[in-house]
Amino acid sequence: MVILNSPISKKDVVKLKTGDTVHLNGIIVTARDVAHKYLIENRPKEYKRLLKNGVLYHCGPVVDRVGKKWIIAAAGPTTSIRQEPYTAEVIKEYGVSGIIGKGGMGDRTLNALKKYKAVYFHAIGGLAQVLAECVVDVKDVFMLKEFGSPEAMWILDVRDFPVTVTMDSHGNSLHKTMYERSGAILNSLITKGGL
Amino acid sequence: MSLFNMNSKNLLNTFVELIRRTSSDLPVDVVSAIEKGLLTEKRDSIAHKTLQMILKNIDIAREKSLPMCQDTGTPVFYVNYPAKVSQIDIKKKINQAIKESVYKLYLRPNIVDTLTGKNLGDRTGPGYPVINFEEWKKDYIKVILMLKGGGCENVGTQYALPDSRVNAVRDLEGVRRCILDAVHKAQGRGCSPGILGVCIGGDRVSSYEESKRQLLRSLDDRNKNPVLGKLEQSIMRDANKLGIGPMGFGGRTTLLGVKIGSLCRIPPSYFVSVTYMCWAYRRRGFEYENEKVKRWLY
Repeated sequence: MVILNSPISKKDVVKLKTGDTVHLNGIIVTARDVAHKYLIENRPKEYKRLLKNGVLYHCGPVVDRVGKKWIIAAAGPTTSIRQEPYTAEVIKEYGVSGIIGKGGMGDRTLNALKKYKAVYFHAIGGLAQVLAECVVDVKDVFMLKEFGSPEAMWILDVRDFPVTVTMDSHGNSLHKTMYERSGAILNSLITKGGL
Repeated sequence: MSLFNMNSKNLLNTFVELIRRTSSDLPVDVVSAIEKGLLTEKRDSIAHKTLQMILKNIDIAREKSLPMCQDTGTPVFYVNYPAKVSQIDIKKKINQAIKESVYKLYLRPNIVDTLTGKNLGDRTGPGYPVINFEEWKKDYIKVILMLKGGGCENVGTQYALPDSRVNAVRDLEGVRRCILDAVHKAQGRGCSPGILGVCIGGDRVSSYEESKRQLLRSLDDRNKNPVLGKLEQSIMRDANKLGIGPMGFGGRTTLLGVKIGSLCRIPPSYFVSVTYMCWAYRRRGFEYENEKVKRWLY
C-alpha cells in the first residue's frame, strides 16, 4: 500500500502502476460533468492554483449544513466516463495529477495521463459512507448556487482515502486489460454453448 | 373491510420510513449474497478487500441511517391498491414523503430539468418519481420501492433478435449470448457484483419494464418456469467465470443473481432486455391496512 499526499508531485505520479492500492491524504476537489464543462468553456484562472498537481474527484456528495459548517453525509464516486469529453483538456490546462472516479475512462484520457503525467484512481462505487468518513474537513465550495449541491465543486480535506490505480501514466489501463481478458473467456463460453 | 384515511399522517410517515430503510439498509438476501461472494474470493485479493469494504459500508449506512450510496437513484415505486383507494391520494403522499426525505438526508436533491440543467431541489418533477400502480382484489395496500442508481441504469441494454453483433438467433442460446454479452460490456461500470433483471419478449417499453420488475424477486427464490430457471443458473455460472469481479478489478464475484421473465410478443419482434442493478440493490416494501403497517417486506 502506498500513502500519498495531495497535491501529488509528477515525480510521485510516475512511480504509480496499475494495481497499486493507495491511501490519499490532503485536498481533493469534487467535479462532475457540469463542473468540467465550466472549467473548459470558461477557463477560470482562480482554479489554476487549486488544481495544479491536484486531485479531482468525480463525486456528487450528499451534504448537510450544521450551523456554519458543511458536513459530508455521503460521498462515493460517480461514473467517470461522463467526464471523458473534457478530462484530457482539464489535465492539460490545469496540470491535474490525479483523478478519482469509478468505471475507468477512455483512450483520450489515457493518452493525456501519459502525456501530462497524471493517474486515474478507482474508488469503490457505492462506498458512500466509508468514503464520507475519510473526509475530515470541508474547506470551501465553489459554484454552489449556480450548479446545485451535487454538481458544485467541494474542496475536501481527506485522510486515508482508499483507492486503486487502474490507469497509470505509462499508458496502462486495468480496464482495457480486463475487457480483453474477459472477452476471450466470453468467446470460449459462447463457442462451448451453455444450455 | 378496512378503511383508509388519506388525511392521516400514518401513511405519510410510513412512506418516509420506507425511503429511510431503502436508502440506508440493504435487504437480508442481498447482504447474504455479498457475504457468500466474499467466501469465494481469495484472501487478500483485491476482490476480497473490495467486498469487505462494501460490507463495512453497508454496516455504517445502517447504523447512521444515511444513504448507502450518495446516488440515491431514481425512486421506482410499485403500488398495489384496492379499488376504494385513490391513485391521486397515494401519489400526493409519495411526493410529500420524498420532499421530507431530502430534508432528512435519506435522498440526494439530484433531479435536474433536462433542458435547462437546473436542479429542481426537492427531487420531484415530470417523470420523477416513477410510480407503477396496479389495482388488486385484496383490501390492503402493498408498496415496494426500488432506488435505482444511475451508473447501473446506464449499462442496461436491449437486443432485438436476430442480432448479428453477438451471433444470436431467436432461441434460448441466442438469449444466453445476449445476456452474457451485456455482462461483458458492463464490466465493473454498473458497480459489480451486479444483479440482472431480464425480460424476453414484449415490446421495447414493456420488455424493459418487466426486466426491472424481475428485480423485485428475492435473490434466493426459484423461477416458477423451469426453462427460465435453468437459463438463470447457466448465466450465473458462466458470468462468474468471466473474471470481471467486484468493480471490474478482477475476481470470481461478477454477478450476485439473475432473474429472467418472459412476456408474449408479436412475431416480428423478439426483444431481450437487460436491467443491471448494482450491489447496492436497494429495495424495500410494506403492506398497509387499518392505518398501520401490516408487514415490512424483504
